[in-house]
Amino acid sequence: MKVWLTALIALLCSGLALALGAAMLALPEFVVRLPGQVTANLVDSGVAHPVTAVLLNFRGYDTLLEVAVLLLALLGVFALSHHASGHAHPSAPAHPVLQTLAQLLAPLMVLVAGYLLWVGAHAPGGAFQAGAVLAAAGVLLGLAGLLPAWAQPGVLLRGGLALGLLVFLAVAVAGLPQGELLHYPPALAGALILLVEAGLTLSIGLTLAGLYLASAGWRQ
Amino acid sequence: MSAALLYALAGAALFAIGLAGLLLQPHLLRKILAFNILGSGAFLILVGLGQRDGTADPVPQAMVLTGIVVAIAATALALALARQLLDLTGQMRLPEDRPDAEPVDD
Repeated sequence: MKVWLTALIALLCSGLALALGAAMLALPEFVVRLPGQVTANLVDSGVAHPVTAVLLNFRGYDTLLEVAVLLLALLGVFALSHHASGHAHPSAPAHPVLQTLAQLLAPLMVLVAGYLLWVGAHAPGGAFQAGAVLAAAGVLLGLAGLLPAWAQPGVLLRGGLALGLLVFLAVAVAGLPQGELLHYPPALAGALILLVEAGLTLSIGLTLAGLYLASAGWRQ
Repeated sequence: MSAALLYALAGAALFAIGLAGLLLQPHLLRKILAFNILGSGAFLILVGLGQRDGTADPVPQAMVLTGIVVAIAATALALALARQLLDLTGQMRLPEDRPDAEPVDD
């Protein structure tokens, strides 16, 4: 790339940073106070933690669509998981120490994921954090060569990938007769959110692990 | 200047650094990394500005949590695409960024 073009792009990007900074310093005070609104409606949300309430109740659409995006990305990675030229990387057999360690750690990680899922109702935690821990356990087991299911994803695995989105959609549609999509009756909100989050945890964990395992050349 | 505003300003700097990297680095892996830096800058701006009056705002925090997961998924898809390109062409560069490519403008 030409020197003058590089310099110009660097200059423009610096200018953008300065302009963004100036805009932030010139921002007026808040007109709408969202934290206050969230706190005021927290009682009806079914959970006691504001971020979980926003994620799964007040702005459930975002989360619903996000899970769909996650599934789409995984489908894309699946479609690309075979080398176009047809060659394959044979995976080396894992070290027995790694295998034993992974076998010891995986149940603990599932336990931590369960705790994070449960604690999300009233403290930092929730489906995404729990799903990330599950995914880490999956990647660890995959690296240790203990997850042969990913080589040929079966019905159970595919079902698990879609479960979170399906449960979320079912709960969202179930609220339709009462008025609108994703509207939970306050009395049931807590239980419904926990149900949705449990499905999401499993699917997010499997999807994130799958994004790694499917693209790392495990399918041959 | 509050700490929250400082986070937002750092986010603006990260955003610009990421954008420059995305435009200037020809290697695809570096482009993907730069894209992630750009995204992190946007997240930092959102969370930083959301709490600039002192109280943490759960709405931008939830949006950033959503954004992080989407960014991970996008990164994984980008890596898969880049790997497929490497497999097909033996290069981790876009066709117009290759040194042997015909100059476009002059």
